[in-house]
Amino acid sequence: MNAAVVTGIGVVAPNGMSTEEYWNAALEARSGIRRITRFPPDRYRATLAGEISGFDPAAHLPSRLVPQTDHSTRLSLVAADEAIRDAGLDPWELPEYGVGVVTANSAGGFEFGHQELDNLWRKGPEYVSAYQSFAWFYAVNTGQISIRHALRGPSGVLVADEAGGLDALAQARRLLRRDLNAVVTGAVDGSLCPWGWIAQTAAGHLSTAEDPALAYRPFDEEAAGFVPGEGGAILVMEDEAAARMRGAPQVHGRLLGYAATFDPKPGTAPGDDASALCTAIELALADADADAGDIDAVFADAAGIPDFDRAEAAALGAVFGAREVPVAIPKTLTGRLCAGAGPLDVATALLALRDGVLPAAAYTRPSPRYGLNVVVDRPLALRMRAVLVVARGLGGFNSAMVVGGAH
Amino acid sequence: MPDLTLDELARILRECAGEGENADIEGEFENVLFADLGYDSLAVLEMAARLKQDYGIELTDEEVTEVGTPGRLLELARRQIAATS
Repeated sequence: MNAAVVTGIGVVAPNGMSTEEYWNAALEARSGIRRITRFPPDRYRATLAGEISGFDPAAHLPSRLVPQTDHSTRLSLVAADEAIRDAGLDPWELPEYGVGVVTANSAGGFEFGHQELDNLWRKGPEYVSAYQSFAWFYAVNTGQISIRHALRGPSGVLVADEAGGLDALAQARRLLRRDLNAVVTGAVDGSLCPWGWIAQTAAGHLSTAEDPALAYRPFDEEAAGFVPGEGGAILVMEDEAAARMRGAPQVHGRLLGYAATFDPKPGTAPGDDASALCTAIELALADADADAGDIDAVFADAAGIPDFDRAEAAALGAVFGAREVPVAIPKTLTGRLCAGAGPLDVATALLALRDGVLPAAAYTRPSPRYGLNVVVDRPLALRMRAVLVVARGLGGFNSAMVVGGAH
Repeated sequence: MPDLTLDELARILRECAGEGENADIEGEFENVLFADLGYDSLAVLEMAARLKQDYGIELTDEEVTEVGTPGRLLELARRQIAATS
């Protein structure tokens, strides 16, 4: 069986609006976490986010798309444009049903929905936009990417909070095994609007710190929640032989293994129970036909919630034993991007494999009690062949993916 | 009720649904099918909602979906304006 390879990467992140801009920011530890400007955050417990600022949709997209799309959908279209361009993919040259679109989402177009709720409340039902019918929807990014590039193969959306982004890539790999030419996949997510912010703060996991340097410190003794953000990555994934046949400009790397598990029912296990996450990682390694010794680095979920951090550290400890595999947490510079986090970590892993360097985590001073070798202070030069990416979603979702380099 | 002009209709359409796709046929805008201008049924529905808000013009769903061209929509709208003024 041929491998699923990544031939195109598109990134939109709070600290970089293209793949290389983001990668440079990650290596230089430029953070996109700051006080929210999209709406006045004063009345909310949490006030910091990884916000994408200065984005002018009209500069990137036809004016036709602007009235009918949420901010996160516009960002996802921009990321898809970059990924498709990077892959040198011309959908018009491929069979009409040969390319699918599979994205993940956690909230859909929440900000659009917020505006329409506001219209409903202030002015009345006839003022609610007809576009609300789809602009809010989980599958909206898949749909708009499909329409824009005439990608009409099997498509869909995965919804599993933070873990959903890895699940989308795995679904893309499944579709490639059914003889599809290529799949545009990944996730761009985020709902930095009052309506979305209520949902995020209600879960009680957000950091309430007002200083960006103190807010999101996974595996730190002072960890007290995470900072959410917006953005993510869209990838073009292809069957390796098909990519070679059409002359793809490059292979960024390979999706070698994946697995997902679900946590025990709440109340039946401690909050820091690691068993399901540990199983997901072991099954992903088995799927990659690899063992822990083949993994050169980990991109951690790094929730910054003490229970979650303990569970993740325990799972990694169980898998890797005494071996202190380097752990990268680039999301300390962007915040957790909901479904966008996993694909952005995969994109970052591919760049790390390419350049032989792991970015350093920002702000956090990892406690020795977690027993993790977190890369801090400065990037770590390291030749890598394969890395593990972990993503956990609130509500019990655990996903793990093994990503290999181009060679 | 204020009168409605073709220019005003075009402006509302742009606000609701962005620029048309086929700039080269915009000259004969009023007689080009919405579909050929690149506006789908939702764009026309959105415009009809705006006409109701700004001009009090009430079009049935059938009228909205079958109206076809900006010129025909303008005709329907102006007929209503004339009947109520």
